[in-house]
Amino acid sequence: MSLLGLGGRAPAQDTPLLSGGVAFVTNTTGGNATYIPLIQPLAVVPLGNHFLVESRAGLLELFTPTSSGYEHSHFTALTYLQGDYIASPHLTVVGGSFLLPFGTYNERLTPVWIGNFQDESLAEPIGQMGTGVGLGGQVRGSLLSSARSSFSYAAWFSARSDNLQFNSERSSGGRAIAYFPGQRLELGASYGRLLQESHENFVGMHLWWQTKDAGFRVRSEAMRGEHAYGYWFEADYRPICEGGGPVSFVRRFEPLLRMQQTFRIDNAASDGVPAQNTQRVDFGLDCNLPHNARILSSYSRQFSSAGDVNIWETGIVYRFLLPAWKGR
Amino acid sequence: MMNPRLIIFFAVLGATLATGAFLSAAQNASQGTIQASNNHNKPSRTTHADSSQEGDRVFAEHCARCHNAPEGFSPRIAGTITRHMRVRANLSPEEERAILRFFNP
Repeated sequence: MSLLGLGGRAPAQDTPLLSGGVAFVTNTTGGNATYIPLIQPLAVVPLGNHFLVESRAGLLELFTPTSSGYEHSHFTALTYLQGDYIASPHLTVVGGSFLLPFGTYNERLTPVWIGNFQDESLAEPIGQMGTGVGLGGQVRGSLLSSARSSFSYAAWFSARSDNLQFNSERSSGGRAIAYFPGQRLELGASYGRLLQESHENFVGMHLWWQTKDAGFRVRSEAMRGEHAYGYWFEADYRPICEGGGPVSFVRRFEPLLRMQQTFRIDNAASDGVPAQNTQRVDFGLDCNLPHNARILSSYSRQFSSAGDVNIWETGIVYRFLLPAWKGR
Repeated sequence: MMNPRLIIFFAVLGATLATGAFLSAAQNASQGTIQASNNHNKPSRTTHADSSQEGDRVFAEHCARCHNAPEGFSPRIAGTITRHMRVRANLSPEEERAILRFFNP
């Protein structure tokens, strides 16, 4: 892999950064088209050698069809705002409002400039305690890292909060990940417990694998709660990372496939998982344009007893990454 | 009798994994040829090259698992990015240093 253009030969500095994505996405479900312009800014501010403050927000306008045309509504929300203290090589203490480290999707694939598909998996709400965000503390870090394997962990406790920007449930849980570099294989397990009202347990497992250099990735995850369970797996081929010279037109394209199923145990909770057993297959084709822009497109067919439906999605995403302050 | 949709699911999953295995094997074969050729032309490597290769490896293993590499950024934020990724990706201090050297050799 060649990453020409990254960094440079000037000394690295710890200047605060502003990053994020600007996107315009469309979703056509059963013939009804929705248009969503959105921006997800991310700010990271290092303080000294051990502290880091980071935050992400989401601002979007939603244009939805009505019988007489379109109506629009807007949302502005702080996704998370956390402070990190790197206490030792194996321990980082996180405080504030943070993304719950349950499974993989919430922490790793929700940024609009990262996800291959515009929408999350159907089973994603399982284990996310309603909001996907915790308000409290978290410990995480690398337990062991060698050329053959690495092991990492994360554990959290969250208090309940009804604040509009820091909405969370009282919960606790954790995640452990084993990674084997030789095989490019990642295995992980997550556990979460809702500590209020119905006191529910959630478990999840994930398996990610990628070929050594070909850019072929398979990512899969399964999770189970007390009212529903499900899984998804996604495969993509991303052949643009090699060489270092100009990327050919064909090698900018990234074909995708995702399959997912959700199953209801009961309908006692409105947890965001479809109310009927649902199967869905997504075919996508992303195009990685120059200057950190991406075009996302996908077609999905969803099957359930509520009715089968076609879903078409398109979008263009621009990622920005720049210093937020002058350097030394 | 197995649900036909389940059969299709396992068929697609099998085909996906087979495609990955094929691509991996093809890539390894081609890389072996390139490495043999490079070793013939360049029998020794410098410490700087080793350091850069280590960062390349760490980036491919820990960062590219989730996202594509950005096309470029200011060296003023290289340290901030690596510290952010240390927390987010649970990197060890050695891996953080390797990526920082990779960004700013």
